Amino acid sequence: MSGRALITARGLGVRHGATQALRDVDFEVRAGEIVTLIGPNGSGKTTLLRALIGAAAPSAGTVTRAKGLRIGYAPQRLALDRTMPMTVARFLALGGGGRTERAAALEEVGAPDIAERQLAALSGGQFQRALLARALLRKPTLLALDEPTQGLDQPGVAAFYALVARVRRTLGCAVLMVSHDLHVVMRESDRVVCLNGHVCCEGAPTIVSASPAYRALFGTEPEGALALYRHAHDHRHDGAEAPGCGHGHGGPVAQAAAQAATAERVD
Amino acid sequence: MLDDFLVRAMLAGVGAALAAAPLGCFVVWRRMAYFGDATAHAAVLGVTLALATEAPLFAGVLAAALAMAALISVASGRAFAADTLLGVAAHSALAAGLVAAAFLPGVRLDLMGYLFGDILAVSRADLALIWLGAAGIWGLMAWRWRALLTATLSEDLAVAEGIDPRLERLALMLALALLVALALKVVGALLITALLIIPAAAARGLARTPEAMAGFAALFGAAASLAGLRLSWTQDTPAGPSIVLAAAGVFLAVTLVGAVARAWRDGARAKP
Repeated sequence: MSGRALITARGLGVRHGATQALRDVDFEVRAGEIVTLIGPNGSGKTTLLRALIGAAAPSAGTVTRAKGLRIGYAPQRLALDRTMPMTVARFLALGGGGRTERAAALEEVGAPDIAERQLAALSGGQFQRALLARALLRKPTLLALDEPTQGLDQPGVAAFYALVARVRRTLGCAVLMVSHDLHVVMRESDRVVCLNGHVCCEGAPTIVSASPAYRALFGTEPEGALALYRHAHDHRHDGAEAPGCGHGHGGPVAQAAAQAATAERVD
Repeated sequence: MLDDFLVRAMLAGVGAALAAAPLGCFVVWRRMAYFGDATAHAAVLGVTLALATEAPLFAGVLAAALAMAALISVASGRAFAADTLLGVAAHSALAAGLVAAAFLPGVRLDLMGYLFGDILAVSRADLALIWLGAAGIWGLMAWRWRALLTATLSEDLAVAEGIDPRLERLALMLALALLVALALKVVGALLITALLIIPAAAARGLARTPEAMAGFAALFGAAASLAGLRLSWTQDTPAGPSIVLAAAGVFLAVTLVGAVARAWRDGARAKP
């Protein structure tokens, strides 16, 4: 990808009180590319996303956002409980856009009939689609999605990734996505960045959706919306620097797929 | 018409209830009940300070409520839900106000009036302050409504969309302090939170959108004010607590009717 940089982080560090959540992160998202952040729980994926969109203050380094950057953000969850009544239509209207645009956005994310539903009563997949629809209404140059596939089953994940890929093609926006899983990422990811307090490694995902074992696990989504990110850690962490970095990277495809299948239990 | 103290009381009650409605919704949504308590209890300290310095009562209460709101938001950082800290602040402020009142030379302070309200003694000037304050709160809420709702749903989402959640929190605190100052005379420092929360809680079951919830809360709050005043008038009960009791009655009725309606609907659905 040779698009201009939308967000650039240099030497970024973020602290949560006494703990150093991120350190020395050099990172950028370029126009039109899809970047997936992966890493174990507590590795700073969400923190990095929050720092990039300006919701978490850096304790070191800089974050530069390009002029005219419009972020369509879908948080992991909303502070929404039963005390606040909120229809999907009203939630979308808060983000802007007229009635027809809102209907079009819901149509685009494949959930045209949830407008009058209560946000708190949606299923996981419908909720993610509502969040995505709101993000789209911002007419974003960057879609920032925080674990948008959590709580979805594998066909649901594949369908959601296909949707994101389609949106990227129609809007031409960049996509920065936090993935729930270490190994299974969206096939159209241009780059996968593995975090564990710092950038462990990054690279293109290996597309293995043709593998029969993989298909058996994740279904036969026609465009192959899922891919495995194979990466081996050839560097060592000394314990003081990053305790608990033992997160079983690498290994053959089957092992990775098996791990993906048990991800819920692992978490 | 305003010569009649009962008419003034009714107008004061309705004005305070209308002002409390949109704010009360945010207090419920953001789980700020303790925050409301702390701000309201600081009003007693404000009364004492105003009397000691011969400053206008309204200004003293507003300043104390604002100072308390600012203090606890700085101390608790991002989260409003630091229950313990807020509990400490709320009750300390109340106790400090009551103790400080004992030091006022030569003033026999009618503490009951400040703790539980004195709505039947509302003057024309009080009434003007209440309605001006209510208009101010509605104006502030209407102006910040979209941003406030977004920041309530997710501060990160708000930031990503160019909203500063700290500013919205500040607006909410300002409105809350204003409400405390204007509702002190109506229900008193101890029951202001009740005026905020109970109508909003009653409205929740009926509303499908945040705006509808605020509307229903205003309706219920105003009705409770009038019903409470009537109770007070006919049964010679204290007015402020009567208003809160009437609001609780509305809450109970709406909740029961809602539960029965749901059971009825589910039952109808269960039949083939």
